[in-house]
Amino acid sequence: MVNPIGNTKSGISTVNTGEFLAGVKDGLPIGLGYFAVAFSLGIAARNAGLTVFQGFLTSLLCNASAGQYAFFTQIAAGASLVEVAILTLVTNARYLLMGCAMSQKLKPGVSFLHRLGMGLDVTDELFGIEIARPGYLNPFYAYGAMLGSAPFWATGTAVGIIVGNLLPMRIVSALSVALYGMFLAVIIPPIRTNKVIGGCVIISFAASYLAGILPYLAELSSGNKTILLTVAISAAAGWLFPIKEENENA
Amino acid sequence: MHNIYLFIIVTALMTYAMRVLPLTLIRKPIRSRFVRSFLFYVPYVTLAVMTFPAIIEATNVKIAGVAALLIGIIMAWKGQSLIMVAASCSLVVLLVELL
Repeated sequence: MVNPIGNTKSGISTVNTGEFLAGVKDGLPIGLGYFAVAFSLGIAARNAGLTVFQGFLTSLLCNASAGQYAFFTQIAAGASLVEVAILTLVTNARYLLMGCAMSQKLKPGVSFLHRLGMGLDVTDELFGIEIARPGYLNPFYAYGAMLGSAPFWATGTAVGIIVGNLLPMRIVSALSVALYGMFLAVIIPPIRTNKVIGGCVIISFAASYLAGILPYLAELSSGNKTILLTVAISAAAGWLFPIKEENENA
Repeated sequence: MHNIYLFIIVTALMTYAMRVLPLTLIRKPIRSRFVRSFLFYVPYVTLAVMTFPAIIEATNVKIAGVAALLIGIIMAWKGQSLIMVAASCSLVVLLVELL
C-alpha cells in the first residue's frame, strides 16, 4: 500500500494531484448529504430573518451543522454578540477534539500554511473520511474533500431559504439518514479487526441514548452531550486499552 | 438586524478557531501513550455518539430509522463504500416510509 506523504517543497506533484482528486471523489457523496441537511438549515435561517445571501455566506464561512442551528436560533431570539460568540464556541468545541486527533494524522513537517488551510473546514463527515485515510493525511486530500462537499452546504442553505418547505418531507427524511450512513461506514469496518473499537461503539450508542433521557444530561445541548461522552468514553478506553506502540522510533 | 454581518463574521471566526488551533499548535507527535490512545478512540466514539439515537430521530417514522441503522451496519460490515452505505440507508428509509 502506498503511504500518502505530506506535501513537500516541490509543489504540485502527481501524488498531490492524485490525493486532491481522491478527496473530491470522497467529498462529493458527503456534499450530496450536506445538501439535504443544509436545506433544512436554510429553513431555520429563513425563520431567523436572514436573506438568501446572508444564509449562503454563513454556511460558506462556518460549514457547521449544530453550530449554525444554534447561531440561527440565537439570531431569531435577538441574542447579543457575546452570547452568540460563546454559544458558537461551545457548540463547535467537538472540532477541537477532532483537530487534536487530526494533528496526529499529519506528517510533522506539514507547513503552517497548510495547517491554516486544512483548518478551514473540519466537519464531522470530512473528519470521518480524513481519519479513515491510510497513513499520513495529505493536505491536498483534505482540500479536495472540502471542494467536493462545502459548496453543497452553502448552496443547500441558499436553496432552503428560497424554496422553504417545498421539498416533500419523504425525500428530506430519506436524505437526512445519508450522513449517518457515512458515519457507520467509518466506524463499523474497523470493528472486524479491533474488538475494543467495537466495545467503544456499543457503549457510545448506549450512553448516547441514555444521555438523551436521563435527568440533567438530557438538558444539555446535543453538542455538549457529544463532547462529554466523547471525552469520558475515549479516556476510559485509552486508559483501559492503550494502543500498541508500533512505530515508537518513527 | 443592521449588524447581522458582524454576527456572521464573529460566529465564523469562533468556528475557525476551534478547528485551526489544535492543527497549528500541536505540531509534533504526542508522546504520552494515554493521550495517543485517547485520541485514537475519539473519532469512533464521537461518530458513534452522533449516530445513535439521532439516526432514528431523523426520519418521519422511527422504524424507518431503525431499518436504516441495521442496513447501514450490515453494509458497512461487508466493507461497502461510503456512498453505497449512505445510499442504502436512504433507500431503506424511502421504502419503509412508502409502506
